[in-house]
Amino acid sequence: MTIEILLLSITMAIAAGLVGSFAVMRRMGLAADPMSHVALPGIGIALALHINPLCGAVAMLLFGALLVWAVEGKARLGTEAIIGVLFSVALALGSMMTSGEELIDALFGGTGALKWPEICFGLIASSAVIAFVVTQRNRLVAMLVSPDVARTAGIDVRRLDLLYLETFALTIALGLRFLGVLLMGALIIIPAATAKRLARNLTEMLVLAVSIAVAATLAGTWLASFFHRQTGPFIVIVAAACFLLSFNRLFLRHG
Amino acid sequence: MDNVLEVDRLSVRFEKVEVFTDLSFQVAKGGSLAVIGPNGAGKTVLFQALIGSIPFEGTIRWAPDVRIGYVPQKLDLERDVPITGRDFLRARPDSTRGSDAEISRTLERVGISKEASERSIGILSGGQFQRLLVAFALLGNPSVLLLDEPTAGVDGPGQRRLNELAHRLQAEQGLSVLFISHELSVVYQYATNVLCLGGKHAYFGPPKRILTPALLSEIYGSPVDYHVHDH
Repeated sequence: MTIEILLLSITMAIAAGLVGSFAVMRRMGLAADPMSHVALPGIGIALALHINPLCGAVAMLLFGALLVWAVEGKARLGTEAIIGVLFSVALALGSMMTSGEELIDALFGGTGALKWPEICFGLIASSAVIAFVVTQRNRLVAMLVSPDVARTAGIDVRRLDLLYLETFALTIALGLRFLGVLLMGALIIIPAATAKRLARNLTEMLVLAVSIAVAATLAGTWLASFFHRQTGPFIVIVAAACFLLSFNRLFLRHG
Repeated sequence: MDNVLEVDRLSVRFEKVEVFTDLSFQVAKGGSLAVIGPNGAGKTVLFQALIGSIPFEGTIRWAPDVRIGYVPQKLDLERDVPITGRDFLRARPDSTRGSDAEISRTLERVGISKEASERSIGILSGGQFQRLLVAFALLGNPSVLLLDEPTAGVDGPGQRRLNELAHRLQAEQGLSVLFISHELSVVYQYATNVLCLGGKHAYFGPPKRILTPALLSEIYGSPVDYHVHDH
């Protein structure tokens, strides 16, 4: 593994841990999954137009986040149903437009070596995600507790919500060429869910989520190279093992 | 503008259901307005319209450079969310006085112990969380407080403390207060004006004129007893 890939994996894991912390606290843990399906028609369109599939996927994911945001603003009820329908349609369109192999690559991570532009995109996008969550963490907390209260404290709640959803979509896009969009969802959610069980305050939550995501990424990558297998599944399994251990730790604390 | 708030012909509807129509009232600087009415009369909806979180028709005019502190009624939070009271108070972006010392002072003012402020907000009792929301509002150095049943779920001494705190801020800093309450004796004691929702039309005026047995039984549909401390 080259140094730039190592650096990319670590920044991606940090971004996933940070974004995931707020996703779990906002109870949108399950959103990563349907959201990731949106990438597929984008990949299909990009392949048909002979451009890099990553561009198509990123564009579609950002558009998908915008759509969720618009639906949220229009009808508070029924958002879940609309997202469910919309994203299943995306999956259907995606599978029509992409071949089986490309689909598997997109969902579970590609095998081909990363090209320089892809590495650059990954580093820049993860840095942007990290910068967003770190600088906006207080505003995100206020919005999480009560959007109405946040509004009277001078926060533009609608705008912040859109920015958060776009950041979330971008984080999923990061995983496309590496873990695959499905497994990226797992790296966003599992470390954060583990941290939520253990943390007693916000700082602990963020630090734990990031540490678990980075540790799982490094350990998973090492295991994968040891067994000569795909990286993504190993990363997710290590993260899931941490989640299971967190139950044990809770038993110890209460017992 | 001597009024901190002027509302003219305000209407809110959800889909086809009208919550209220053509509300008009004013709140003077340093004054206090009590909003009363039975459940479902639209008291909370009125506050949400006032802070601009739901669409409405008509005009709502706040005095320029008004700073609103809003204390909502009840929030739906997960019990295991790892955000402490202090995390929440630090989250106030416009707080010019958001130092740890100021946060500690504000917590003391509303009566939250240091231990309680370091616990997850998900496991605070209803009353403690209510006080935390008041503390969040106070940190913004508000010129107007909107209190949606601020003492619901708060114990007796806590209620007195919150009522006295709001009253003291009003007297010392010229704060205006809008509060929703079901306790008519509190309304009688603290309100300059009363806005009564839920009848065929809304009533607005000083407590002595609004809190009459005849009007209250029209609004609530049955006679209402309350105890008035005449000072």
